[in-house]
Amino acid sequence: MGRLCRATSHKFLSVESQVSGPALRARGVSKAFGGRQALEGVDFEVGPGEVVALIGPNGAGKTTLLSILAGIAEPDSGEVDGNGVAWVPQQAALYRRLSVRENLLLFARLQHDAGQTNDPPGQMVDRMLELTGLGERAGDRVGTLSGGNQQRVNIAIGLMAEPAVLLLDEPSVGLDPGQRERLWDFVLGLVGTGTAVAFSTHDIQEAERYAERIVVVAEGEGIFSGTADELRQAVDTGSGDLESSFLAFLREHGH
Amino acid sequence: MRWLLLKDLQILRRSPLQLTLLILYPVVIALLVGFAMTRDGEQTTVALYNAMPADSPLGFGGEEVDGDEIRDQLCDRVDCLSADSVEDATKMVESGEATAAVILPEDLGEKILSLASLNPQSPEVQVVVNGSNTVESEVTDDRIEAMLSEANLLLAKRLSEAANQYLDLILEGGEFSLFGQELEVLGLQKSEQILKRLENKVPAGTDREELQRAIRFAGLATDNLDLAGPLLTAITQPIKADKIEVGDEAPSLDTFAIGVTTIFALMFVTVLLVAGSLALEKEENAFTRLTAGLVTRLQILLAKVGLGTVVGFGVAVILLVGLGLFVGIEWGRAPLWLLAILFGAAAFSAGGAALGAAAREVRAATLAAVMICLPVALLSLVPDDAVGPAIETVISVVSAAFPFKPALDALTSGLEISGSSVWLNYLHLAVLAAAYSALARVALRRF
Repeated sequence: MGRLCRATSHKFLSVESQVSGPALRARGVSKAFGGRQALEGVDFEVGPGEVVALIGPNGAGKTTLLSILAGIAEPDSGEVDGNGVAWVPQQAALYRRLSVRENLLLFARLQHDAGQTNDPPGQMVDRMLELTGLGERAGDRVGTLSGGNQQRVNIAIGLMAEPAVLLLDEPSVGLDPGQRERLWDFVLGLVGTGTAVAFSTHDIQEAERYAERIVVVAEGEGIFSGTADELRQAVDTGSGDLESSFLAFLREHGH
Repeated sequence: MRWLLLKDLQILRRSPLQLTLLILYPVVIALLVGFAMTRDGEQTTVALYNAMPADSPLGFGGEEVDGDEIRDQLCDRVDCLSADSVEDATKMVESGEATAAVILPEDLGEKILSLASLNPQSPEVQVVVNGSNTVESEVTDDRIEAMLSEANLLLAKRLSEAANQYLDLILEGGEFSLFGQELEVLGLQKSEQILKRLENKVPAGTDREELQRAIRFAGLATDNLDLAGPLLTAITQPIKADKIEVGDEAPSLDTFAIGVTTIFALMFVTVLLVAGSLALEKEENAFTRLTAGLVTRLQILLAKVGLGTVVGFGVAVILLVGLGLFVGIEWGRAPLWLLAILFGAAAFSAGGAALGAAAREVRAATLAAVMICLPVALLSLVPDDAVGPAIETVISVVSAAFPFKPALDALTSGLEISGSSVWLNYLHLAVLAAAYSALARVALRRF
């Protein structure tokens, strides 16, 4: 796994991977909406087979950063380098009246036509149905699936073209513990094949449990990058509780 | 783009209510409007109670008018139902069996006869209408007025003919019946001839001069009363209309009704479908995923316009073919009216896309579509001469900026009228389709 370096600068997050190079890299990314600065000179890297959690208060800029990393939003300044990046939005981006198979087939066809993959769409769909374990529900309308299963389809669409990097925006929101565990079993299975994963979350325990590294974003700035233990060590709360350490860290940095 | 269009058609198919409406709507509208149009020629039903004595025809000199003739004249433009009494006629109106009742009073004949006397009275008929329906009441007023005009025209002609007979008697002389006695009238022409014969026998002097004055008067009266006959005839219908149409050829009322029905359906189906479908992409969070390297915003926009054009075209054609079962449609002109529907569907779809992109929410898009389409379409139907010049200009601009009027003009021209204006209407719709697509594309930047 990657060697995780604690950030010494408030605006610079550096993550080095033990493999040859980062799967995705961003440098000095800034973004403003109207008069509000959503991101301010944020750097970010993730290597193949890594799992990175983005945590921070509401409105910190996590979703904006993921959107820019995914290429959906353009940064005002800075640059992003990375190929084969798939983005899975927070809310399932699916057509509720179409079946699981029809949703997968639509995006498979579009990805094929867009040149993101050379695999035949039908073959991609079958592979994803097998991977998500939703083969038996392939004919069911997405609107009739549970939130967890919808999220599995949502993620499957992001993975169909076998991306090098998977960006997940609060993937476990609304899922019960069982669904959440199945979701992460699924994602970690992909990580085992070399897929880099970056996800945002408000659940500190989820970040500690599944991510090898944690990146703290607050008010558009990257203020920490390191392991959960490094975050605990950054502030002395005496409790050893990661959430308490996280809150104390934010307070210490004026957030 | 084809996959997006296919996906939208699949979604449409998955909504039984929407699909049923899209198929049933044109069929039901075609049936309703078709039946209404075939019943258009039916006349207003009027209850008629005639209290005039049956065996007393009205005589004007040698001319007679009886009650049946008056009834036939009254019932020329309406369907008459005989009533047994004033109450019976009133009940027929109240129950809706008749839209109005006309009561001919017992003394109507006497009063009509008095018109040819030295003491004329004003003949009156009683009219009963149901005032609870404003529109029907207005229409009935017009029909009753037309009925009475017909009856008045008949009486005026008969009075004129009677007066002509009296004039002929005064001019040419003849026999005349008065109170059962036959009287002989000499006539002005014969009087003049007799006086002229006597003129030479009377010696010159005062008596002869008096006789010559009487001869001059008889000649003058004969010459001028000759003109009175044609004048009396002309009075019965003093002004005749000689209608000359200028400007663009207008469609027939049937074609106009077909056009309005079809374009209204086309407008609502396409605008609502495209606006709602585009807003749904946002609501289902799919838009961002689609534009994340899979397709461009323009491709999504074109797919939506294509969806609206395909579905709107189908619905309008079903409706038009359905209407064709009731009223005559020239199938030989099909290429022209199919093109009109196609261009209209594209323009409405682009307008719907602009609305959907601006609203970004299905309910808001649907509401905006109805609130904009309906008043603008109705405004486009306001006749130019019904408003002042300033308002007329505003209406013209609004009508030109919205596809309803050009689509209606294109369809009616395609259905009936020949000429080059139909191609201008196609061009107009194509320009609107491009303009609204451009607006939609701009709105999609912040979608």
